[in-house]
Amino acid sequence: MSEQSLLQVKNLSVSIDNELPILHKINLDIKPGETHVLMGPNGAGKSTLGYSLMGNPHYCVTEGNILFEGQDITDLSSDKRAKAGMFLSFQNPYEIPGISLSSFIRNSYHAQTGAPVKLMAFQKSLKAAMQVLSMDEAYADRDLNVGFSGGEKKKAEILQLLMLNPKLAILDETDSGLDVDAVRTVSKGIEEYQKKKDGALLIITHSTKILESLHVDYTHVLVKGNLVCTGDGSLVDEINANGFERFISEAE
Amino acid sequence: MSENKQAVVEIDRSAYEFKDIETEKDFYRIEEGLDEETVLKVSAEKNDPEWMRDHRLKCLKLYNEIEMPKWGPSIEGLDMNKICSYVRHKSEMKGKWEDVPEDIKNTFERLGIPQAERESLAGVGAQYDSELVYHNVKDEVAAQGVVYTDLESAMRSEYADMIKSHFMTLIPPTDHKFAALHGAVWSGGSFVYVPKGVKVDIPLQSYFRLNAAGAGQFEHTLIIVDEGADLHFIEGCSAPKYNVANLHAGAVELFVAKNARLRYSTIENWSKNMYNLNTKRALVEENGIMEWVSGSFGSHTGYLYPMTILKGDHSKMEFTGITFAGKGQNLDTGAKVVHQGVGTTSVINSKSISKDGGIGTYRSSVVIQNSAKKAKASVSCDSLMIDSISRADTIPGMDIRTNDADVGHEAKIGRISDDAIFYLMSRGISEEDAKAMIVSGFANPVSKELPLEYAVEMNNLIKLEMSGH
Repeated sequence: MSEQSLLQVKNLSVSIDNELPILHKINLDIKPGETHVLMGPNGAGKSTLGYSLMGNPHYCVTEGNILFEGQDITDLSSDKRAKAGMFLSFQNPYEIPGISLSSFIRNSYHAQTGAPVKLMAFQKSLKAAMQVLSMDEAYADRDLNVGFSGGEKKKAEILQLLMLNPKLAILDETDSGLDVDAVRTVSKGIEEYQKKKDGALLIITHSTKILESLHVDYTHVLVKGNLVCTGDGSLVDEINANGFERFISEAE
Repeated sequence: MSENKQAVVEIDRSAYEFKDIETEKDFYRIEEGLDEETVLKVSAEKNDPEWMRDHRLKCLKLYNEIEMPKWGPSIEGLDMNKICSYVRHKSEMKGKWEDVPEDIKNTFERLGIPQAERESLAGVGAQYDSELVYHNVKDEVAAQGVVYTDLESAMRSEYADMIKSHFMTLIPPTDHKFAALHGAVWSGGSFVYVPKGVKVDIPLQSYFRLNAAGAGQFEHTLIIVDEGADLHFIEGCSAPKYNVANLHAGAVELFVAKNARLRYSTIENWSKNMYNLNTKRALVEENGIMEWVSGSFGSHTGYLYPMTILKGDHSKMEFTGITFAGKGQNLDTGAKVVHQGVGTTSVINSKSISKDGGIGTYRSSVVIQNSAKKAKASVSCDSLMIDSISRADTIPGMDIRTNDADVGHEAKIGRISDDAIFYLMSRGISEEDAKAMIVSGFANPVSKELPLEYAVEMNNLIKLEMSGH
């Protein structure tokens, strides 16, 4: 494990559409290969942090900055962040009619690498990744997320993660709305990503099911836009047992 | 296969913008404006049979009597006196590609015509300004008895009577001012006759463009698909930019006989100063099938509503169309259908995209006459606005005179979503490409109906329009 930081978030404050402040002076440091978990009650600002890190233009950084591999990316557009090696798995992936899942992944891959995509090799690795996720191959030719069930949408996100192989993956509530089997499958995909790439993870969740089979290095608790506590993997178990009450009352 | 159609290929934009200034001297013009002398001159030049000359004069009279249309987008910018009604290149009909003059060849090379032909399209009737200069029907099609030629020479062939009995019967000159104008000065265009029972496996292709400032183009397409026959005809149009207002008032008349099927695919990409006032109409007999695939790009102002008359019992029509209205464009497009026969079916699927203040209007008319018992009609129109300054309107008309018709109508108007753009960008796709992908995806139901090379061209056009040149 390298000492060089992959992602550094320094004193980051964020408001939505320049009005409502949501995040207050957040600090985070993620090194390659590390798995961080961000937990917190509903409305704490977890997804806002994910969106802000990925550069959603609705979220405005009012203070602080974001460094990726030492480069200040605070003002970079999302596509440039993706090219630098960042990935966000969406909580509610968008439906895009007329573009098949596989051609979307191929276009993304091409956009990120600039290299021509070798069709045969691409299809082979797509098939393998779909097998890991127990995804019906027919989904590759279906329009991106159109008519996918909640579970299939999340699997399609993890499929993109495996195919695009980023340095840092931010997973925004990838487990929400999934049944037990689907959570297990998605976890398997995440493990595969950790194995393959020494990839770093920031897993945003408010439940702990998805974490059961994953090794967790750090756990952060976000309450009302403030990071109130950081601990190791055992903090997950504590939250699992006692909920967020302690952190909420401490924050007040 | 469908994936290939998604490919967003780098475009050589110059192909759509060049003009052949040096060759201007080669053109021969008739005085601007329109009077009897001009029309007679056109007629003499065309070596018209007598009936055609009389027809032209009758149309001229109607043209001068009928008023300008008072509905739809403004055509005030169109100065008829400035439209040179007839421009002809000094070039005779050529049978072989090698014999086509070099400058014309270059123009077509840049538009990809020879390639398209190499890719086994059946024939090319390429129209340079008003005249067909290159014509070649593949032997196998001719061997099946299919006639594919220019309309002028067909008028002097054994098909003279067939043309006389069909020409401008579907689109009578009394229909509107520009139909009358067309009848008076029409020039160029294709004639196709597919004999009984003949199935043409490969699409026939015609490609024409306007290439002289102030030149009107009035080509006439006449296609007759006889009983039980089957044809796919593709028309691609593209024109370079010019500053003088240009007019396109073509006419397309399609006759689909009993049990026959005709698919008519068009991609129009006119220059941004073009007034495209085109009239297209099909008559379908018993059990016949008419399929339209229509992509409307470019032009300043457009009126285009391909119309189908479902005359025969159980005849069918399907229309799939897309319109892209960019900056300064006002495109009024849609489809019309008249149900006459029992158990007739029509399906209209229309998409429109507007951007940079462009106006896209969907206008349709579905008429079910009281003879058309148990008719079915389904209309669906979908509009996508790229920004907040563009406009999309939907004007669907329905006139139903039976009480057992099965009619459905669905309309959607939406704006391109910022969140969807962010989603695509988060995967490394640039903002411009993300928008183009969403728009191509929106257009996909249309492009998948087109042969591959046309689908690619359409995606290129979308990308070109999206880049806001």
